[in-house]
Amino acid sequence: MTARTTVGAVLPLRLKPYVDADNSAFWSGGADGALMIHRCRSCGSWFHPPAPVCRNCQSLEVGPERASGRGTVASYTVNVQPWIPGSEPYLIAWVELAEQPGLRLTTNLVDVEAEDVSLDMPVEVVFEPHPDGDVWYPLFRPAPGATA
Amino acid sequence: MTTIGERSSYVSGLGQSAVGRNLGRTEMSLTVEAITNAIADAGLRPSDIDGLVTYPAGGNGTAKGGFGGPSANAVQDAMGLRLDYYSGSSDGAAQLQALVTACMAVATGLARHVVIYRTVTESTAQTASGRRGLSLGDTELDGEMQYRLPYGALSATTWLAPLAQYHMDRFGLTREQLGQIAVVSRANAQLTPYALMRGRPMTMDDYLAARMISTPLSLFDCDIPCDASTALVISHVDTAADCPHVPVQINALGTASWGRPSWDQYEDLASFPGRGPAEHMWQRTDLTKDDVDSAHIYDGFSIIVNLWLEALGFCGTGESGAFLEGGKRISRDGELPMNTNGGQLSGGRLHGFGHLHEAALQLRGEAGERQLPRQPEVSVVTNGAGSTVGCALLTRGLA
Repeated sequence: MTARTTVGAVLPLRLKPYVDADNSAFWSGGADGALMIHRCRSCGSWFHPPAPVCRNCQSLEVGPERASGRGTVASYTVNVQPWIPGSEPYLIAWVELAEQPGLRLTTNLVDVEAEDVSLDMPVEVVFEPHPDGDVWYPLFRPAPGATA
Repeated sequence: MTTIGERSSYVSGLGQSAVGRNLGRTEMSLTVEAITNAIADAGLRPSDIDGLVTYPAGGNGTAKGGFGGPSANAVQDAMGLRLDYYSGSSDGAAQLQALVTACMAVATGLARHVVIYRTVTESTAQTASGRRGLSLGDTELDGEMQYRLPYGALSATTWLAPLAQYHMDRFGLTREQLGQIAVVSRANAQLTPYALMRGRPMTMDDYLAARMISTPLSLFDCDIPCDASTALVISHVDTAADCPHVPVQINALGTASWGRPSWDQYEDLASFPGRGPAEHMWQRTDLTKDDVDSAHIYDGFSIIVNLWLEALGFCGTGESGAFLEGGKRISRDGELPMNTNGGQLSGGRLHGFGHLHEAALQLRGEAGERQLPRQPEVSVVTNGAGSTVGCALLTRGLA
């Protein structure tokens, strides 16, 4: 019987983004509980990270739109090395959002132990504010009924 | 027929500085040692050198992590060179972009003898500041880093570990298969005078017992920071008759970026951006994977080797685990000898240029104790992963 790996839900430090016109909705949407992802108004495709142009059709008619906040684990790692002095092991995941195949972001998994994570596991967004209160990090936890 | 302008170029000189941990040397001192060695090896004098190219651009020296080494400007000034062409860039075909740029300078006639170099002082820098995550001293992040680093993804280990996990879960890659890269590299390092891990052999049990860094990658899946500089002279083939060595020709370069140039956004989780340059390179040559006698595959982290082997077509997607099984195939006497100097995993993180240097040395037949028993005629070199990837095919003699 191996010990279970309790992973840290909160990092001792989260670096902040430089907020600009392209990324402000993504980084502030959590204040309203909204995962804001860029979408093209010409062809309808979603894309991430946000940019002022659609990478599918090059239309400039793009902007943030509220996504469902649901997705699945595309892959993951349990980081053990304390890059941040004092940090406990934590889960880094690539989550594919439900809106579109390949629509993916890097995040942390929370409210789950490492041994219970698997590829394709359904997850849902939760938000963690930066202590400054101006940036909200989208994190993901197992969707109801996702783990045994 | 497409013009294959890189075949105007060959490797005329090889230079390696001291390699070690905390050498107490400046980045310029190491760089000058490597360049001086390379110029002398080519039978040239500093006044013959008319081109100078490095990777990356300047500005990331020892005080900022030791990743960058001195700029081309700084080296030109220190050595008093008179240059017709110089450049340094982090964009392009990874560390091999310095080779690409040199080939283009030679093919256009902007220069005839181009020194390319790569200098790292990461060992000294990390000893001074501790081994910590990227950008922790930054106040705000921009560019693509802002979408990864806030989640504690503060090292490239954490950017590649999900690809290793994916290969394990989807294709059944085992730790023992992955570990063959580290174990075979360690064996090779025992024959390499400068290798950091010479004199420290390692078994598969040692590998499996190592502490995890970011699952499923453990300590020996990660390369070893060092202080070193590596330099090559890239010359026009018209000068080959004057070269005191067997000329090593640049047969084909792979520089493409066809998918998303990203650590975490590349479209196919079973592969990585190196797929583009690998296919691009094969389009530029009549040689095939079956002609390759030695492989010098970028190994900042072991899983990168799996991804390059698959991208280059040595095995199918997801089949690298079986390809590596038992380690025999990639050993010195195997069908595809790989990372014959110990690679970055056991030789030291010469950051791409160690592979280029070693490929040329083996093709010349001048690798000494570690010279492959079967003289290679064709060697492949790959550099990079994630947002920066490139590869090259080199041949013994001129086609």
